[in-house]
Amino acid sequence: MALRKVKGTIDRVMDKNLQDLVRGIRNHKDTEPKFIADCIDEIKQELKQDNLAVKANAVSKLNYLQMLGYDISWAAFNVIEVMSSTKFTYKRIGYLAASQSFHEGTDVLMLTTNMIRKDLSSQNMYDAGVALNGLSCFITVDLARDLANDIMTLMTSSRPYLRKKAVLIMYKVFLRFPEALRPAFPRLKEKLEDPDPGAQSAAVNVICELARKNPKNYLSLAPLFFKLMTSSTNNWVLIKIIKLFGALTPLEPRLGKKLIEPLTNLIHSTSAMSLLYECINTVIAVLISISSGIPNHTASIQLCVQKLRILIEDSDQNLKYLGLLAMSRILSTHPKSVQTHKDLILQCLDDKDESIRIRALDLLYGMVSKKNLMEIVKKLMVHMDKAEGSHYRDELLSKIIEICSQSNYQYITNFEWYVSILVELTRMEGTRHGKLIASQMLDVAIRVQAIRHFAVTQMALLLENSQALVSNSQRNGICEVLYAAAWVCGEFAEHLSDPQSTLDCMLRPKITILPGHIQSVYVQNMLKLYGKVIKRAEDEDNEQMLKDVNELLADKLPIFVQSADLEVQERACCILQVAKYVGKLHEKGVKMGEELEQLYAGDLNPVAIKAQKKVPVPDGLDLDKWINPPPSDSSDDEIQGPSFFAMGKSEHMSMYQYDNDERKPVYEPTEEELTVSRTARKMEQMHNPHYLKDDGKSKRKKNDLLKLDDIPVAEIDLSVPLHIPGSDKYSKLSAYQVADGKNKSRKKGKKKKRRHDGSDSDPDVEVMHAVSTVVDMPEGAHLSDKDDDENDNDLNKKLDMNLDEPLRDDERLPVRTHHVVLNSESPEHEATETNDKPKKKHRVKDKKKERKEKDKKKDKKKSKSSNHEGPSLLLAAEGDDKTGDNGVVNDVTDLSVIENTTAVSKADDIEYWLSESAENTPSPTKANTTLTTTITNNGTDSAYNIVLSTEDDEANQAGEKPRKKKEKKKKDKKEKKKKDKLKRSEYIEADGITTPSKENITLSQQPTPLDVQLPPMSSYILLAENKTLKMTCEVRASNLRGDQIIVSIVFTNQSTNHIKDLEFNVLDTLNTKLIRGMGHSNQDAVKVPFNLLPDSQNEGQFAFSVESINMPQKLRGTMTYILKTDDGSSHEKLDFKLNLPCSSYLVSTPCKSSEYTNFLSGGELSAKSSLQVNPTDSQLSISLAKVCFFLHFRVIEQVDNSASLYSRSIQGHPVCLLVKKTNEQLNIDGKSTDGNLLSNILDDVRNLLTTTTTTMVSS
Amino acid sequence: MIRAILVFNNHGKARMTKFYEYYPEDMQHQIVRETFHLVSKREDNVCNFLEGGTLIGGSDYKLIYRHYATLYFVFCVDSSESELGILDLIQVFVETLDKCFENVCELDLIFHVDKVLYILQELVMGGMVLETNMTEILTRIEEQNKLEKQEAGIAAAPARAVSAVKEMNIPQKIKDIKLPDLPSIGNLKF
Repeated sequence: MALRKVKGTIDRVMDKNLQDLVRGIRNHKDTEPKFIADCIDEIKQELKQDNLAVKANAVSKLNYLQMLGYDISWAAFNVIEVMSSTKFTYKRIGYLAASQSFHEGTDVLMLTTNMIRKDLSSQNMYDAGVALNGLSCFITVDLARDLANDIMTLMTSSRPYLRKKAVLIMYKVFLRFPEALRPAFPRLKEKLEDPDPGAQSAAVNVICELARKNPKNYLSLAPLFFKLMTSSTNNWVLIKIIKLFGALTPLEPRLGKKLIEPLTNLIHSTSAMSLLYECINTVIAVLISISSGIPNHTASIQLCVQKLRILIEDSDQNLKYLGLLAMSRILSTHPKSVQTHKDLILQCLDDKDESIRIRALDLLYGMVSKKNLMEIVKKLMVHMDKAEGSHYRDELLSKIIEICSQSNYQYITNFEWYVSILVELTRMEGTRHGKLIASQMLDVAIRVQAIRHFAVTQMALLLENSQALVSNSQRNGICEVLYAAAWVCGEFAEHLSDPQSTLDCMLRPKITILPGHIQSVYVQNMLKLYGKVIKRAEDEDNEQMLKDVNELLADKLPIFVQSADLEVQERACCILQVAKYVGKLHEKGVKMGEELEQLYAGDLNPVAIKAQKKVPVPDGLDLDKWINPPPSDSSDDEIQGPSFFAMGKSEHMSMYQYDNDERKPVYEPTEEELTVSRTARKMEQMHNPHYLKDDGKSKRKKNDLLKLDDIPVAEIDLSVPLHIPGSDKYSKLSAYQVADGKNKSRKKGKKKKRRHDGSDSDPDVEVMHAVSTVVDMPEGAHLSDKDDDENDNDLNKKLDMNLDEPLRDDERLPVRTHHVVLNSESPEHEATETNDKPKKKHRVKDKKKERKEKDKKKDKKKSKSSNHEGPSLLLAAEGDDKTGDNGVVNDVTDLSVIENTTAVSKADDIEYWLSESAENTPSPTKANTTLTTTITNNGTDSAYNIVLSTEDDEANQAGEKPRKKKEKKKKDKKEKKKKDKLKRSEYIEADGITTPSKENITLSQQPTPLDVQLPPMSSYILLAENKTLKMTCEVRASNLRGDQIIVSIVFTNQSTNHIKDLEFNVLDTLNTKLIRGMGHSNQDAVKVPFNLLPDSQNEGQFAFSVESINMPQKLRGTMTYILKTDDGSSHEKLDFKLNLPCSSYLVSTPCKSSEYTNFLSGGELSAKSSLQVNPTDSQLSISLAKVCFFLHFRVIEQVDNSASLYSRSIQGHPVCLLVKKTNEQLNIDGKSTDGNLLSNILDDVRNLLTTTTTTMVSS
Repeated sequence: MIRAILVFNNHGKARMTKFYEYYPEDMQHQIVRETFHLVSKREDNVCNFLEGGTLIGGSDYKLIYRHYATLYFVFCVDSSESELGILDLIQVFVETLDKCFENVCELDLIFHVDKVLYILQELVMGGMVLETNMTEILTRIEEQNKLEKQEAGIAAAPARAVSAVKEMNIPQKIKDIKLPDLPSIGNLKF
């Protein structure tokens, strides 16, 4: 046995491992495929062996081969074998291979359910972690359904590492198994307030992803997110939340109003560019959503635009790019504010970076006016000549067309210029936008009647010089413009000076290399030209011409008759026959011109882009029903009239509809009415059930009338030479027009009617041609109608569910009966959750507690208030599931009442929150220093009663406010007013309270007989002050980074002058250093990114890197600034000392009482220290509140006159305090892992409790 | 959401690929090729974002990349991710690699692609950002490596010795991934 083991080991040594494989591949550069084929054979051998180590090795090699592009799905079963190993090493290899190569279609995955379930509940947390990771890549519908419950259980795991992974993977579960969303949602919501930053950020992440798809369902979470936004210091979380708000604001404008202020504050204060950028983006979203709402939001736009300008001017290309990107969002609603930065944007057009140029192009759209359009387009044309990449050139081309054609050619004053530009654009080589140019040519020629003559001449020239265009006949290529040219020449042939030569051009043999759809248009329009030529010849009695033209057709058309393209062939045949017939009749002396012209009489209107879709289906018509039995080839019957002839090529049919500008009606090729006479066509339509009967007829008539009345025929100024192509002269012309104002007004008088488009921002530029806006549309449909076939993702719909509704019984997640449960609490938890409404559960409990403690005088308002407490207590409630059974029984009778009231209050919760800002109450962003503190002493029920920590209080804040107000309402109104005034005055005077972070302290929820009014507290301490400037600061630590703290400083301008150029500097110590950003030495001052207006204040945050945290630090620093007075400006200086006591490195962290006991009993906390103080406050609760608030502790348990407190340092040292009150004295025993830290913290405690001030005193 | 994370060298050879959506192997290969083509023609001093990948994503997707000496790190993300945030994440990823491999170079990625993927698993999961705190990431990786060592025990000693000998054959490792201080990193506090 032992021998075999040794042998196995030796074998393994000899096997190729991953590194050998890689090395081998590198050494066999020339014979790589062969080498790999050998390796795969070897791997197959290895996989056949029993030894799992060998198998794992083989799988890890396969993994590498997979990356090289080799299919390894044949080894899926072996991968699963390795996954099922009990050894973490192999398991990890297996899961990695699975996550790289498995997908939803991998059938062996159905074998894995139980194995994964086992791994998820493994004692080794990394087993579960690896399984979750793998699952996130290959989760299937079945796995999602079967494992949802297990993952839910992991969401409440005691290990943050698993919690965060479980939370994150829930998103994948929801995608595959949407039914899990509603049952899981309450727990997901709880996780938004998870003490572990990783888990919290995961929850934010998941909800943001969900909300992106169905924002309206998550609107009710807005208050919670708002609170997170104002309290979180994790930039990742902040960015996600701010992005989420960007998605929510369009749904609820009031939310936007509420957001503006904190976001603006963040914009001012943050030093993280990413955060700044997202704030600006969301402010923009808000401004868009409330664009008409509040009048004074110009300041915010200005702020955004200014900040963006700074970004765009930055030397960092990334910021420049993002700045332009955000700018384009403002453009749509506030073009004016962007236009002021035209210089900058035009400058970006010359940037060497293509991404940036393209972004700048996007913005040009809003920069144009009637005056500068020509100039800008000229500039772009120059760019186009210089541009090397075809991608960028195409981009330029489409942008030129976009800015010219926007809002119905609003900015084009001279269409001859535009047609020339279009013709010039056809000279661009290798463009993909041939169709785009063509559609513009058609559109302009059809809709601007006055330009037709010029357009037709240009198009004829184009046809004449078509060799260059023809040779480039790739799809979508520039040859597409010939389609437009041929059609325009044919349809408006009356403007042709020499139709015969044009006809000649169209019959060139080279044409046959063009794509079929272009050829068919050619052929089609030959007939039109033919008719025109015949008519003219007959009018002039020109026998020779008649003969020539008949010969021409008879001569050249047969090439087209032989075309491989059916459409071309068919049309050519028809026309050839017509021509022969006409020739015969001519011999008999019959005049045919009139009749031939009749074939194409009448004007065509462009068909609106959505017209086809808007044609209503007549009653009793089932489009899905077969008209004839299926086997017969009946599909032709279903073709609707106008598209009939284009049907041969679907690509053709849609070719002019792909334009992205939806407002612009685009021509549909109805012109391809063929040789059948119009009457015949009408007959056909009459019998066609898909066609709106009589409609087309009457409409056309109507439109004809309309056109006669409405559309002015603008005369072309004959002083302009018509035949010279090139655009320069037009810009000269327009310059001339601008300069010569009088002349122009006379001209204006001459022209009979002139339609001016909507807003004439620059009326001094004259419009030379009118654009027809007549468009064919079925009756009852409107252009502005919403497009009904929006691409609604099926999945999004599935995940679209009301999350506020209580769970129904049938919505429980499938639980397997044999399922081994990890957490002993969870069955009960699960049961209550599925049995009744889980969201209510906690509330009911709270309520219960309240009742035990108070006398049972409750009314609806009270129960409402308990509802508001609900969310904040979830954490605590989760820790304690041992609710007394009798408690439940006792309260059963009250349940219904509570449910009713909570349901009601829940509904207007968000309403209330939103309406808050409308009233003039101080918004939650402001610190509210009043403490309505009530602390209960009711012993054993631990966590419920005391939620003292500041963090929780912050958490309560949003919910708390309404409650407070309601309670107050009950009180004497006058008293309330007084109080409010008092509060506000405090708020103005108190040190540095107008900060984006709020310290709103409400120490506990339940009013008890022992109502204690705590003095107002602020964690902002005075740093330095002189006549002009005051600085107060707060130290913020976060357990995200063990080596950093943030010092937030509020600068208050106490003078009536401007203060600018504030620079902040400290002398670094070995231990604590100011983070100054790139390229600054450690003596450089940090610029404060704002100026201070008279009597204003603003907050700046400065990050310090910290090495060891067990000693208090004192940093000397200087603030320099320029004070601008009426008679000049002076440099001023303010010195300060920044104290960083050890307690500032503590982060309030929750801890279950069981964990706490473990801490105390375990040997880990070796350092002990104790302290006796005579506190200035006689009540223990006040002392505790102060310790919690200023020193970031949390009360774990409080019994009579003693309490236990807990906190953690940013570097993870736990600190436990036991506080006992004997007579007037407080005995405090502390335990921690670091003796220095502990004794310093106890010093802080002593200082705190023995001084009377309510702001923390610098020790 | 992140749709894919690609690492390839200046010649377009894939050094690590991670797709958070299923693509068949040949498609993956094409995506790497296309991405390389797009990214490699850009100069070093232009911005790190680019649109226009046709195989992966669509209009909502962007490529966000960073170029370190011989390697490109490319993330393909949709609009729910913050551009600068992802740039920062790339930096965190590379710094983590640097810590784990002690001066990471391309060879480390070539020979230990599995380890690189393990590290990536601690940063990104199923296309969503899992953790950005480097100390936390490093602790987790460290603990898992410890676990692996424990399991290997004495049995693995000969194997380790052999691989140590093999390692010696590798021509002197060029420590080529330098971690330049990036302008934006100083400003970001993550």
